[in-house]
Amino acid sequence: MSAWTNIRTVVKRELAAYFDSPVAYVFIVIYLLLAGFFTFTFGAFFDRGEASLGAFFMWMPWLFLFLVPAVGMRLWSEERRSGTMELLLTFPITTWQAIVGKFLASWLFLGIALALTFPVWLTVNILGDPDNGVIVAGYVGSLLLAGTYLAISSATSAMTRNQVVSFILSVVICLLLVLVGFPPVTDLLARWAAPWFVEGVAAFSVLTHFDGFQKGVLDSRDVVFFASVIGFALFVTGVVLRAQRAG
Amino acid sequence: MIKVDNLTRTFGPKTAVDKVSFQVERGEVLGFLGPNGAGKSTTMRMITGYIPPTSGRVEVCGFDVAEKPIEARRRIGYLPESAPSYHDMSVASFLGFAAEMRGFRGDEKKRAVGKAVETCFLESVLHQSIDTLSKGFRHRTCLAQALIHDPEVLILDEPTDGLDPNQKHEVRSLIKRMGANKAIIFSTHILEEVEAACSRAIIIDRGAIVANGTPDELKARSDRAGAVLMTLRGPQADAVQQAFSRLPGVARAEIVLADGAKVAVRAYPDGSPLDSAFAAHIAQQVMGRWSWTIEELHTEEGRLDDVFRAITRSDTARDAARTAEAAAA
Repeated sequence: MSAWTNIRTVVKRELAAYFDSPVAYVFIVIYLLLAGFFTFTFGAFFDRGEASLGAFFMWMPWLFLFLVPAVGMRLWSEERRSGTMELLLTFPITTWQAIVGKFLASWLFLGIALALTFPVWLTVNILGDPDNGVIVAGYVGSLLLAGTYLAISSATSAMTRNQVVSFILSVVICLLLVLVGFPPVTDLLARWAAPWFVEGVAAFSVLTHFDGFQKGVLDSRDVVFFASVIGFALFVTGVVLRAQRAG
Repeated sequence: MIKVDNLTRTFGPKTAVDKVSFQVERGEVLGFLGPNGAGKSTTMRMITGYIPPTSGRVEVCGFDVAEKPIEARRRIGYLPESAPSYHDMSVASFLGFAAEMRGFRGDEKKRAVGKAVETCFLESVLHQSIDTLSKGFRHRTCLAQALIHDPEVLILDEPTDGLDPNQKHEVRSLIKRMGANKAIIFSTHILEEVEAACSRAIIIDRGAIVANGTPDELKARSDRAGAVLMTLRGPQADAVQQAFSRLPGVARAEIVLADGAKVAVRAYPDGSPLDSAFAAHIAQQVMGRWSWTIEELHTEEGRLDDVFRAITRSDTARDAARTAEAAAA
């Protein structure tokens, strides 16, 4: 049996598990409410006088910061706590197939939640004449951003059987990745550090790389950045899972 | 079919499994016995490839578990210790998932699930969510998962734990039935289970194998095995004790019961060639020398739990020895 069939089986089960429990619906409702709230009040969607989703996408790094770890925290913690990890990893599949399968399922779920924000997109298209290319880039960026946070949550989730610890750890790591590129922080840093240093640090920030997508620029360097963080975090997940069993 | 060679596993300074070697062939049911924490589950986890051994190797159906884990796992059905399952799924979808993981699709999948459901008596709860089930049903759901691909090798960690006596009996006879053309290892604390289902038993204590043989061979290691229990009418207990202690071929005798009218005595053979006809020999001696009436006479088989306790009590014995050593030093 090919690797892809195994991964698909894992994805199918994981996704079904989301929608069989109330978690999925609660998450989607909260996500949509918060996204709307931030966009229309803090984002001053209507006062901007422009037909764009800038006010919508600018909140994604912050909104996902708490919501994505909430989705990802159970990925491996729950498997360990309930003992199903022993079952999953003694099926004839590799650890990688299990890791990728579980990750893809959650990512797909986040993608569904993201897609359900389409009324915002409809609104700008009805009210004005936005550049839909920019909006598509924004959605692609948001999806990559969610995947990055999720992969980090996957790694922290593998480290502990306690979901709360896993949640806090991943929020802290993701927050760090946001803050190193957050203007107030970089400005502070620029006061005593050389510009090359500030730029070097900011290059590790998800904000820096998300910026391009918001402006409608699909830069391959940004895509590579998100993809490599995802790859690295999943690799760490595998190392952690192996190390635990090796004792 | 299962070849375990010098398997060792340490957790930090603690050695959980210490140079364990054994083999299980097709048609064998191996009972894995031992006190809690003896290393049974750790050994089973290494056989299924869930945890890697510190040293030594395991071969399943000719595949090295460390080098060809996928090939080996394909041939293994595994019931982990606590019988885990995804509680948010229904029994049917959980078994469907297990079948897909084993490569079944479409009609094949339906057939595999159907057969496992039938074998483990799960029809009545098929569409219930697993978290609403009783422990017995959950246990059997996980067992069904292990059987779904009709594997050549079954590793069952306490398959009868949490079941009621009827279900225990059912699972035991299932294991025995399947044992005819599979290689099965199952662990248990329940000694009757070994007698009921196993063709061979291994007793493991502190990570090392301390006994390996058929249930009968193990029972023969009991010091009661071959002893004669005789119930007499007439004599005083003291007289019987004295008389028996002096009989040729008797190592020692103990009074088991004395209620005035009857005396029951157990005589242990001293290992001389008389052994095989020990009961007849004793009866002859007693009838020839005294006018006591023999009410009952039988040769004891030995009991597995005596053997088990004698062997695994080393725990306390070893600790005592160590304390003595420390005191001497």
